[in-house]
Amino acid sequence: MNKRSKRVIPGFGLSMGISLTILSFIVIIPLASLVVYTANLSLGEIIEVITKPRVLSSFKVSFFTAFTASAVNAVMGVILAWVLVRYDFPFKRLLDGMIELPFALPTAVAGIALTALTADKGLIGEIFAQYGIKIAYTKTGIIIALIFVGIPFVVRSVQPVLEKLDYSYEEAAGVLGASRFTVFRKVIFPEIKPALMTGFGLAMGRCIGEYGSVVFIAGNMPYKTEITPLIIMSELQEYDYASATAIALVMLIFAFLLLFFINLIQARNTKIIKGGR
Amino acid sequence: MHKNQSKTVKYILIGICAVFAFLFLLLPLYIVFAEALRDGIEKYRDAVTDEYTIKAVLLTVEATACAVVINTIFGIFAAWAVGKFNFKGKKVFTTLIDLPVTISPIIAGLIFVLIFGRQSVLYPFLQNMGIKVVFAVPGIILATVFVTFPFISRELIPVLEAQGTDEEEAAALMGAGGFTIFTKVTFPHIKWAFLYGLVLCTARAMGEFGAVSVLSGHLRGKTNTLPLHIEILFNEFQYVPAFAVSSILVIMAVIILIARSVIEYKGKKEC
Repeated sequence: MNKRSKRVIPGFGLSMGISLTILSFIVIIPLASLVVYTANLSLGEIIEVITKPRVLSSFKVSFFTAFTASAVNAVMGVILAWVLVRYDFPFKRLLDGMIELPFALPTAVAGIALTALTADKGLIGEIFAQYGIKIAYTKTGIIIALIFVGIPFVVRSVQPVLEKLDYSYEEAAGVLGASRFTVFRKVIFPEIKPALMTGFGLAMGRCIGEYGSVVFIAGNMPYKTEITPLIIMSELQEYDYASATAIALVMLIFAFLLLFFINLIQARNTKIIKGGR
Repeated sequence: MHKNQSKTVKYILIGICAVFAFLFLLLPLYIVFAEALRDGIEKYRDAVTDEYTIKAVLLTVEATACAVVINTIFGIFAAWAVGKFNFKGKKVFTTLIDLPVTISPIIAGLIFVLIFGRQSVLYPFLQNMGIKVVFAVPGIILATVFVTFPFISRELIPVLEAQGTDEEEAAALMGAGGFTIFTKVTFPHIKWAFLYGLVLCTARAMGEFGAVSVLSGHLRGKTNTLPLHIEILFNEFQYVPAFAVSSILVIMAVIILIARSVIEYKGKKEC
């Protein structure tokens, strides 16, 4: 019991007990098992597994596609958030609701739908195939799937900050003679930058680990379009748990670094949002 | 002049968004139905009422229901603990709750294979008890609960924190028990947030693919959820059935989106 104030509200012991029990069984024990299992691997073993050319090239593919898709999403996300906050037009509410579609639509469905669209005989793939451009079963296909998966993260991070933004600063800048582009670059962009970085980081994290929507459209050719989660999957299917764990470890370290980076920016970001209230 | 210019910018930006939404959001939905109905309504009906499809639907519903129930229980108790009390390690506690969504679904599947798979120390014990987790229904349910773990608590915690403890303290001092305080004082505040979390949890649970795929073993009619069933059909080049089954999930996704918007709207109105 706290020395400063007695707890008046009942139920601390009960709620803490129940939530800790469930948390232990679902999260803590499983993650601990990963740590224990990793501790049994020697550093040499881990390095040997993760420096195999096929694994290394999967890291490259995963990182490159996730980064490109998140960069596209950063640009599109700001435009979408801007349009949704600042403009009025027909079907605005519909567009706002549809942004969440990638969260609601199962990734496997998104994967096969995008594959069917962009394959050589698909509705969109056909147009590009005339010019000799292949989309499905190439890195471009992976990037398209990842753009789909990541877009809500950026929009939903930037939108609340834009809503809280005080319009009078822009007006002041305009009155003082700044062009619209300068106003955006000097007044608006610095304000939304932390939120944009957070959205970018969240999208990136999701894209690196994404599996369902990518497997179908990637074609999964080793060294070319094989992503890291897929390598883990195939190691598991061969019951090579040690290799799977070693590769997973690299992904986890990357994810934690990303999370750390997001938390750093988010601390600043909350200040901005709360300050606007 | 300036006015005209800003109008042009406005229409260009709206145009870009419209094209993007059409290509990336509407067209995929359209193609699912177009492909599903390509060979006529008869074939569609056959695919949807196929024995294995129905079994996959039932397993998906079962896993989703388990995820929703467990995460609701956890979400309410955890939110009560975090939102109404101060304790050491609160930050660690909330970070651990959020952990499952930050790791790749494949890794989520992997950790359960490591605990319950055949190389695990638990394996001989489980086998003696006759419990199968990996490549069986319990594994699928565990994976689904894991990947949706923070969905409800994450919605409840900020609301409870923002609401403060005054009302509950007043109620407690006037002699109300814990259960009464929760149902009469606290729950009305978190009703919409709770429903919101419920909807998000359902959406993710029914569509989970990666983690479930690792643990399922793809036994048709036994450990196949709807997304896994779609994968098998698609890989067997049975495109019409694959898209027909997908259309069930698309309809669910649209219902979820509508429910989400309605809940968000009503929640804002009451605040």
